[in-house]
Amino acid sequence: MIGLLHQILSGLVTGGIYASVALALVMIYQSTHHVNFAQGEMATFSTYIALALIEAGLPYWGAFLATVVISFVMGAVIQIVLMRPMANAPVLSSVGVFIGLLLVFNSVTGWIFSYTIKSFPSPFEASRPLLGGFLSPHELGATVVTLVVLAAVYLFFRHTKLGLAMRAAAFNPVSSRLVGIRVGHMLALGWGLAATLGAVAGMMVAPVVFLDPNMMAGILLYAFAGALLGGIDNPAGAVIGGFAVGVIENLGGAYVVGTELKLSLALFTIVAVLVFRPNGLFGRVLVTRV
Amino acid sequence: MPKLLEAIGLHAAYGASKVLHGIDFLVEEGGVTCLLGANGAGKTTTLRAISGMVRTSGEIHFAGARIDGRATEDIARAGIAHVPDGRGTFMELTVEENLRLGAYTRPDRAFREDLAHVFDYFPRLQQRLHQQAGTLSGGEQQMLAIGRALLLRPRLLLLDEPSFGLAPLIVEEVFDILHRINREQRMSILVVEQNANLALAISERAYLLETGRMVMAGSAADLASNEAVRRSYLGF
Repeated sequence: MIGLLHQILSGLVTGGIYASVALALVMIYQSTHHVNFAQGEMATFSTYIALALIEAGLPYWGAFLATVVISFVMGAVIQIVLMRPMANAPVLSSVGVFIGLLLVFNSVTGWIFSYTIKSFPSPFEASRPLLGGFLSPHELGATVVTLVVLAAVYLFFRHTKLGLAMRAAAFNPVSSRLVGIRVGHMLALGWGLAATLGAVAGMMVAPVVFLDPNMMAGILLYAFAGALLGGIDNPAGAVIGGFAVGVIENLGGAYVVGTELKLSLALFTIVAVLVFRPNGLFGRVLVTRV
Repeated sequence: MPKLLEAIGLHAAYGASKVLHGIDFLVEEGGVTCLLGANGAGKTTTLRAISGMVRTSGEIHFAGARIDGRATEDIARAGIAHVPDGRGTFMELTVEENLRLGAYTRPDRAFREDLAHVFDYFPRLQQRLHQQAGTLSGGEQQMLAIGRALLLRPRLLLLDEPSFGLAPLIVEEVFDILHRINREQRMSILVVEQNANLALAISERAYLLETGRMVMAGSAADLASNEAVRRSYLGF
């Protein structure tokens, strides 16, 4: 019983990481209707930047903030330079660009920072296990950071004018322009925000899984499973789906398939959702009347 | 009345297919102008050309400045609100969010004041405020679209077939309200309609468009009494 509780808790901890990346995927999906395959590699690259800044002598939270800003700019620039010309391109061209981005980011990361596995510091260093040994200080701290970020994103989109304009631009760019919204700016902001979410997830997961250029490959798969489970067009659903996949992964790994086959659970989830509930658990059923 | 909008030799095309072949027209400040024509005459394209949504050549002057070639969002910011065909509803958002977006370019305080005016014209929107806009009926969506456009505080309101797909009673209600908006706020309106009777009834100026060319222009009364217009568009 204690073991089960432990598995669920640490499932929720990794689930938070998946939830952040899933939310980033959904944000891009809503405006482009494609999944950004490079989301994970962009996050890995950001994490390397954070490490470089820390090694250059910046305090952890200084490096954290700088990485957030750099990632935001990086995401926005990618949208402006690469995605904007693709606005009316056929599906395969967009997918091609996303895969290209994935390969470029992966290779550039390895080229600049080397392929050797590195350790990444945690700001929550304390040897004392918390909550009766259920969670390490890093796990608890990372979860708090993740929840704060997710809450901030939620409040931003729900309760600010800019957040509303970004949602509008993603849903209906034509009408958005007619009310004076600069849709191009909104899409660039969206990409910046998504890249930021990925960067935070990368920095929070790196102390656990160690840093290498392929660090986010598996995580992206779990996040994608989470996004699909919750509904690829529903941000809140994607977050819940991310947490759920974290728990499924941990419980399945511990009691069903064993740790080595954990990743197959993500693939299994993806197939199951697509077969039985293509809109996901909370997928928007859009009611339209003519 | 001074002219608010004037198009001179306006051409427009979607890719290789030309839709407008050098049309001239003008909209007077504070007046209602209607643009009549059959399906495919280029009415919707004319409105899109004004809003910078299609590639054009020729000149469009609005309030003393050239606006042709400018981005759609800049033309909206210059004071032209466009209710597009299909109404342009943000289906996924609530009615309130749709209205908020209408006032996107304006300060928050102004939104709350102007919202009262919109509810005055469309009381039904107030009851539906927290409903998802996609669940509204066609008539309500048309009202929402007009309300959204008013919240921009435009100098010119472009309306693309406000009667489309609506029951006759609702159509009359919508046109009554448009007439009120024009009189009470001195709002300049350019309306595109297939329902020529209704459009001429609230307009001062009228134009008739045929396959991308302006074939008639004059006062609404002139067009309404014209034999050819009556037979082809008014049905009596």
